Amino acid sequence: MKAFSYVDAANEKDALASLGTERNQVLAIGGGMDLLGMMKDYLVQPVRLVNVKRLDATIARTPDGGLRIGSAVRLIDLIEHADARRMYPALVELAEQVGTPQIRNAGTVGGNLNQRPRCWYFRNEEFHCLKKGGATCFSVNGENQFHAIFGEGPCHIVHPSNLAVACLAYGATFRLAGPSGAREVEAEQYFQMPDHNLYAENVLQPNELLTHVTLPAPMAGLKSAAYEVRFKQAHDWPLAFATAALVMEGQTVKSARIVMGAVAPVPWRANEAERALAGKTLSEETAGRAALAAVQGAQPMSRNAYKVRVARTAVTRAILKAGGMKVV
Amino acid sequence: MAPKDETRSELDERSGVSRRFFLKTVGAGGVAASVIDGLQEALPHAQEAGTAAAPAAIGPGPVPITLNVNGQRLSLKVEPRTTLLDALRNHAGQTGNKRVCDRGSCGACTMIIDGRTRYACSTLAIEAQGHDIRSIEGLAKGTVLHPVQQAFAEADGMMCGFCTPGFVMSAVALLEKNPHPTVEEAKRALDGNICRCGTYVRVLEAALKTKGVARG
Ligand SMILES: Cc1cc2nc3c(=O)[nH]c(=O)nc-3n(C[C@@H](O)[C@@H](O)[C@H](O)COP(=O)(O)OP(=O)(O)OC[C@H]3O[C@@H](n4cnc5c(N)ncnc54)[C@H](O)[C@@H]3O)c2cc1C
Ligand code: SF4
Ligand code: FES
Ligand code: FES
Repeated sequence: MKAFSYVDAANEKDALASLGTERNQVLAIGGGMDLLGMMKDYLVQPVRLVNVKRLDATIARTPDGGLRIGSAVRLIDLIEHADARRMYPALVELAEQVGTPQIRNAGTVGGNLNQRPRCWYFRNEEFHCLKKGGATCFSVNGENQFHAIFGEGPCHIVHPSNLAVACLAYGATFRLAGPSGAREVEAEQYFQMPDHNLYAENVLQPNELLTHVTLPAPMAGLKSAAYEVRFKQAHDWPLAFATAALVMEGQTVKSARIVMGAVAPVPWRANEAERALAGKTLSEETAGRAALAAVQGAQPMSRNAYKVRVARTAVTRAILKAGGMKVV
Repeated sequence: MAPKDETRSELDERSGVSRRFFLKTVGAGGVAASVIDGLQEALPHAQEAGTAAAPAAIGPGPVPITLNVNGQRLSLKVEPRTTLLDALRNHAGQTGNKRVCDRGSCGACTMIIDGRTRYACSTLAIEAQGHDIRSIEGLAKGTVLHPVQQAFAEADGMMCGFCTPGFVMSAVALLEKNPHPTVEEAKRALDGNICRCGTYVRVLEAALKTKGVARG
């Protein structure tokens, strides 16, 4: 990788003061599990890195009974946090599935949410694709078996973050700190489709940092779960996955939030599935119908039609698992 | 072609001298003098951020660092981009942990930092300062193997041996926390290591058979 200078920022203020306004010139380093790979492959060549591991690394209760997770919290600490597991099981289960033990021991929450796409054309130095300022998306006529089944392009990545999907399902907000103060952005507004923002995957500006994830207090009757389908159990990203957050009254679903992962350039909220499930008694049949609704608008590419089926299954099983029902 | 940087130059083996021989002969530091002297930093700085002074940046040239490796203090001079693995292999002659993928995807470089396994190829050496680093070199006491190493030898848990140091470190980290893991627990703890020769069955056997591992 190209040489860079390094700032060991003692806190948020110092870290912010070290950033700049030009994209990819100065970058934050959390665990480095994504960033160093990008740099070794010359996909980004920052002149300076700013350590953000000394930002808030705690998980704290909020006054309303939710949790506030510092961006410097490592995945392993989130996984081992008893309150987080009890209150937001889907988030913790998804953290548990990330990569490998070594990655979870190093990777941070901030880094996970801001990691860059894994499209193999994007990750290959030789392909100057749209996202890198080139003229073509190579996935369209190329190897697109792991690409998006939702979205109009022009870039067809799937968002790589496990945690992002659970953040949407639980209605999390992100605190973004910048030179002129901090703003709170809903997780759902944070991630951006490529037709809005081709060169980045979210609204974060180069001179801003994501400092906290705030999860609202679980509503009474909230039951939630995640279900992932993976080709390999470790060292890889899921083929498709889903998170279901159901507000239950007995066996009736009062309301639901269903979000799919690895199917679109952003965590993909399945509004139709949520509507299909609301007011229904939870059963294999109602879960299956909701899942069908979830993939209704899918537009698979030349080699990834199989993902529609995988996503559908993931939604069915996430719903059943959330409801405490047997998942076959 | 001049090597683009340290990462690439290490892969460049046209000299006919074995890389390890070369590195050990040149000795620590010699290889460090890298290509980027005079690299200018174009600096977006505090002015834009509207804050007082930005904290000082170090590098991009070599900077002095101190690492605590296997209980010993190690003073080196490396660039901020140097990984912990390269710092130990290329600047301290500790070539026990292997560099295979250099992308956090195989586990050959696994070390134990503050009690947890980490990919040393994906950890900056400057960031490893102030932490308790344990590498494969720290396990054997003289000629007496660590119980995990002994178990690997007895179970014949290696073929080419490139993945072995990493697997041993992952097994040590597991057994220090959980001396009697179930098969599932052991598999999960070893998930982050890959063996191209396919020694998994015996690696698992070794991890499960090892007795008497305690941090000491
Ligand atoms: C083999 C392998 C398998 C993996 N599998 C999975 C998987 O299944 N699921 C998954 O979700 N991930 C997976 N990952 C990605 C893994 O890198 C992340 O999960 C990890 O959490 C990244 O965290 P980090 O702290 O190391 O990020 P870093 O590499 O330090 O940072 C990643 C990016 O985020 C930016 N950043 C870091 N912190 C902040 C902040 N506070 N504010 C703003 N920007 C910031 C950095 O500048 C950089 O661009 C895998 C990685 C590998 C190598
Ligand atoms: S999907 Fe996006 S990142 Fe991948 S080749 Fe197309 S434009 Fe590039
Ligand atoms: S060399 Fe570090 S994980 Fe492969
Ligand atoms: S023994 Fe050859 S890679 Fe594992």
